Amino acid sequence: MTDVLKHRFREQIMVMFGREPKKPAVIAPEAQKIHLYKRGNRDLITEMLHARAHAVHDNKWRNRRWATLIIANLLFVVSFYFDIQLLEGALTASRFAGFHLADLNSALQVMLAHKHIITNLLIGTGTVLVLWILLGGRAYCSWVCPYHLLAEWAEKLHLYLVKKKLVTDQTIDRRLRSVFWVIFAVLAAATGYTVFEAISPTGILSRALIYGPGLALLWVLALLVFEVFFSKRAWCRYACPIGLTYGVVGIISPLRIKYKLDGCFHEGDCRKVCLVPHVLDTVIKGRAVDVEVPIGPDCTRCGLCVDTCPTGSLTFEVKGLSKLL
Amino acid sequence: MNDADTKVGAGGTASASSPHEMGTAPLSRERRQQARRRVLRTILLTGGVLGAALSGFLPLVYARTQRLRPPGALDEKDFLASCIKCGQCVQVCPVAAIKLADLVDGIGVGAPYIDARAQACDFSCDAVSCILACPTGSLTYTKPDFLPVRAGAAMAAKPILLAKEQDAEPTLNLAERIGVARLTRPETCLAIQGKGFKGQARGPGFKGRLRYMAVDRWKPIKVADHPYDVAECDLCVRECPVKGAISIETVFAPDGSKRKSPVVHEPCVGCGVCEMICPVEPTAIEIVPREVWKTS
Repeated sequence: MTDVLKHRFREQIMVMFGREPKKPAVIAPEAQKIHLYKRGNRDLITEMLHARAHAVHDNKWRNRRWATLIIANLLFVVSFYFDIQLLEGALTASRFAGFHLADLNSALQVMLAHKHIITNLLIGTGTVLVLWILLGGRAYCSWVCPYHLLAEWAEKLHLYLVKKKLVTDQTIDRRLRSVFWVIFAVLAAATGYTVFEAISPTGILSRALIYGPGLALLWVLALLVFEVFFSKRAWCRYACPIGLTYGVVGIISPLRIKYKLDGCFHEGDCRKVCLVPHVLDTVIKGRAVDVEVPIGPDCTRCGLCVDTCPTGSLTFEVKGLSKLL
Repeated sequence: MNDADTKVGAGGTASASSPHEMGTAPLSRERRQQARRRVLRTILLTGGVLGAALSGFLPLVYARTQRLRPPGALDEKDFLASCIKCGQCVQVCPVAAIKLADLVDGIGVGAPYIDARAQACDFSCDAVSCILACPTGSLTYTKPDFLPVRAGAAMAAKPILLAKEQDAEPTLNLAERIGVARLTRPETCLAIQGKGFKGQARGPGFKGRLRYMAVDRWKPIKVADHPYDVAECDLCVRECPVKGAISIETVFAPDGSKRKSPVVHEPCVGCGVCEMICPVEPTAIEIVPREVWKTS
């Protein structure tokens, strides 16, 4: 990894914790060349833009992701309903074919509150940790978390209302998520109760799907209403400590989105569909520090940008694997 | 208020695309206002989420519900601290005795409990499989050393499961009781009144199930499908799954007259079968959750 990319890697970790992305100070010469070329050939680029203004946009990755998310959650439901013991438990902790799995954030809350870790919990947490290091940290959010899917639909409703000029997206300070993470960790350790678990929409929804609905769904509904009428994707963006936990795991994950500077026209469609547009600051004209830039750890690897990008400048990548092939 | 918000918000998005170009130049009035609103919204969300989270403590403060926890449960506070709310205990129970608490339980939302009157734990699984299923040790065969055992909570001896009495290993691996049965309404108890009982213990609509050894050791059936006809009611004693936990004894009433009464003994683990099977409404015998055995 070059120095500019190393610097960006560290920068992106800070961005995950809530810092606003900054304009880069140093840009690799190869990338600078492309930036200058693009600046000098605006007419040519406009022409090319016009030529593929109506590029077909499919939902390949979104459909794959929704299918995965629904199947993963249905596995829990079906497993209990038909008593086939394939995936027992809920998203907070489960057993896949008898093997323990424990959600990283739930396990962390329990460890902090109870201050005692039994072997099974350690095995479950370790397994899930390795799993999401391989699968890309916050990929858990967009590929598994049931709240994410509901929030995506709520976002569509929100965007419709925005178009009708009935609501506007009220942004909130992103540092809040880190603050919440600390608050809930401290609350668990200090009070001895897993306070966050009581309001975790992921846990509530997962249990509601498997064991039947309850009043706790009202809290999830309240969050969705807040997101539709007030602040777009507020829970995932500004509050959820689960997302941050998996984000930290994603720092060392080889699976990520890669941005290629040369083909990009910088129209910013990717940033419009992105849940975490601060990780896509690199696609802004003149910002890319190198010709190829991996997207930071807060990225949920949802693939919406990959689907949206008309030039194929954003792709899934497994670090090391592409070199090997 | 809302209108003003919208205008500022809309104006803000147009100029927000290049925040880095602002440098250290003095902020415009509009921008300052926008920043202030953002801070207010941040505080609003903080308050909302924390308020919701902390309101979970209210049911604890008021101690609204005394839940009967599944067998092997740690003491209440440790139980709530360690339960990861996954419901694996729910999934393994052959009689579906375990339910998950809802919003009204606050911090305890998603934590398992047993409503013994509706469906008691009858140890149909033979091996306390809910304990085996628990991934965090909230339900445990043996407590970790640093957790104290309350006096009277520990069983004097491993309870003997009547269903397993002929097996090589007849005991239940249960070190502590989850409660103790108590005759809370003796005046309604049929045994005390010297009455018998005929029919379905809890009526035809009752969905609760029980393992009847005489019917099928491995398949619990509906209590409604197993009518009784007894000259003197002893259902609680008859169906108690634990050896020596309850018996019908002759006792002396305050006026000196002799009468029959169910009497609970030390081996009672608090499973709740007596509470479920009691044919009078409301039940004459109940489990007091987390109660310890008191030697008087």
